[in-house]
Amino acid sequence: MSQVAESAETDGSTGAGSAGSGLHLRNLRKEFAAFTAVHDLDLDVPSGSFFALLGPSGCGKTTTLRMVAGLETPTSGSIALGERDITWEKPYRRPVNTVFQNYALFPHLDIYENVAFGLRRRKRKDVEREVDAMLELVELTSQARKKPAQLSGGQQQRVALARAIINRPEVLLLDEPLGALDLKLRRSMQIEIKRIQTEVGLTFVHVTHDQEEAMTMADTVAVMNAGHIEQMGAPAELYENPQTTFVANFLGQSNLIEGTVRGRDGEDVKVDMQGTVVTIPGQRAHVAGNAGDLGWVGIRPEKVLIAEEGQVIDAPGNSIPGGVVTDVSFVGVSTQYLVRMPWGQELTVFEQNTGRRRLFAKGERVDVSWRPEYAFLLDHTQDRAAGRDEDAD
Amino acid sequence: MTEVATQPPEARERRKLTGYWLLLPGALWLLLFFLVPFYSLIATSLYDPEGSILTGYDMTWAFGNYVTALQDYWPPLFRALWYGAVATLLCLVLGYVLAYAIAFKAGRWKNLMLVLVIAPFFTSFLVRTLSWKLLLGDEGLIVDTLQFLNILGDDGRLLATPFAVIAGLTYNFLPFMVLPLFASLDKIDPRLVEASRDLYARPIVGFFKVTWPLSLPGVVSGTLLCFIPAVGDYINAQLLGNTQTRVIGAVIQSLFTDANDFAIAGALSMILMIMILAMVLLYVRRAGTEDLL
Repeated sequence: MSQVAESAETDGSTGAGSAGSGLHLRNLRKEFAAFTAVHDLDLDVPSGSFFALLGPSGCGKTTTLRMVAGLETPTSGSIALGERDITWEKPYRRPVNTVFQNYALFPHLDIYENVAFGLRRRKRKDVEREVDAMLELVELTSQARKKPAQLSGGQQQRVALARAIINRPEVLLLDEPLGALDLKLRRSMQIEIKRIQTEVGLTFVHVTHDQEEAMTMADTVAVMNAGHIEQMGAPAELYENPQTTFVANFLGQSNLIEGTVRGRDGEDVKVDMQGTVVTIPGQRAHVAGNAGDLGWVGIRPEKVLIAEEGQVIDAPGNSIPGGVVTDVSFVGVSTQYLVRMPWGQELTVFEQNTGRRRLFAKGERVDVSWRPEYAFLLDHTQDRAAGRDEDAD
Repeated sequence: MTEVATQPPEARERRKLTGYWLLLPGALWLLLFFLVPFYSLIATSLYDPEGSILTGYDMTWAFGNYVTALQDYWPPLFRALWYGAVATLLCLVLGYVLAYAIAFKAGRWKNLMLVLVIAPFFTSFLVRTLSWKLLLGDEGLIVDTLQFLNILGDDGRLLATPFAVIAGLTYNFLPFMVLPLFASLDKIDPRLVEASRDLYARPIVGFFKVTWPLSLPGVVSGTLLCFIPAVGDYINAQLLGNTQTRVIGAVIQSLFTDANDFAIAGALSMILMIMILAMVLLYVRRAGTEDLL
């Protein structure tokens, strides 16, 4: 394993000089006959990071990936690795490798030769040592002489990873690499891939429609929708402070409640939300903020506290009375409530089962509240339902 | 309880028998029309060579027939193998390009092109070969054009040459090459080719490292489907060739039907069969595709 780390270092220092300066997409655009798959995309992926392109199927994320790999030609725009423009470089000349969606392992070659493929094409010396080290890294040494069809899905996945990583690409592209695995295996492979990424220190660009996968693995997530990037940032930042209704709904769940902006109070924005005035911190208010404007007040279900009617619980500021519990699902670690508010909307509430607070029953009258710093305010012109139920591929 | 325990084995037994019943028609067919004639052919090849229509034929274990047959008829035998091999090679080159184009480049024309490949089968083999006679004829367009371009001399001809025989064989057996090749190539996941590009293989390298090996099952069955009947075929040699292009099929046919030399005809048939079988086994072994087939 130390051998792998060493060769990664030597490769990095003797590389094309552009190594270590990241991937840069500028105004990248791809039009197919009938539609535009990718709209003038600008993207910078820092070297050594684990970057996820997250979006529903058909959002253009795979097309973007294929353009970086050279398997698709952009309509316009440019792709650069550091200073080196690779927009028109042939795929077999790019220091970029891909882990394909269904692995695309060569069925006629054994595991060893699959992994050695890239090295042999580049007439590298020391193929044997490198392949052995790589097989050890992905724990497949004992399977070296088997054909891909003889391996399990998880093992095939690791071969696909090894076959790409062994070439020390400046950027490793992963196209829905875990899509074909069952849930349990997927979770353990997420950790595995993250471990390998840390170990080899390469830049990973990961395309997925699974928001949990993106958040678990990536340092930076770019949420893509209909050929555009909606928002980009660290997973926690995207989750806690979404800037669009699409991100709010696609990444986890959100309650989006219509409100009217009352004006600013210092840094905060005051919003009249169906008769209750709530405050939202300025950096979480993604609207112009003029008095009289409509907006969506967003709050994550687990940030909403539920209390008996008239009871004040620890949530100064945004307390809304008059709710009625309409549905209770006991999940075990948590309880999910649906609470019908006086204006007719049902809010989703997650309550941790800490045991300190009692369960509410269907039909009970409750008050809900949340801390102002957890809420966010979104542009009312956006579709409230955007991004909902779109992660099922 | 005991009934439950005894019932399944019986049912299993019955199911096993069903399998044998299903085998029966095919087995009977092969027995009647393959094994019996095959046995009779072996016997014929060992007839006393002195036998004739008048004196009758005796099976005398006359292995000498094989020596005589080879001595007398090795030129048409090897000619047939040679023509068959050349035609198969031409079929492979032409057929691969065609099958590749249909599988990867034809898009929505794929099915139409496949129909066109098998369209010639709607006409009889004999008629198609006869029409080649017209095409390659001395007054035909092809010869005229070649003479005009000085590629062919003024008295040069195509008909009644080995060229015409091989061209006819190639034409007639091309579909037998294209179809299995297409079936193999069509199964190849295009992402494997993309993966080879991604892993630094130039198109030509990717072809020889990925596409070609994955199409080997088609190559093997295509070449066998071409080579075996092409070696035995004598229609092309007879209609498009001359007396110098006589192949073993024609010899066997005339020995059987004209000369009534059943012994030598039988021995030649056996020799041809054994040679083809040996070549096929060697070929399949060399291609290393036993596990791919």
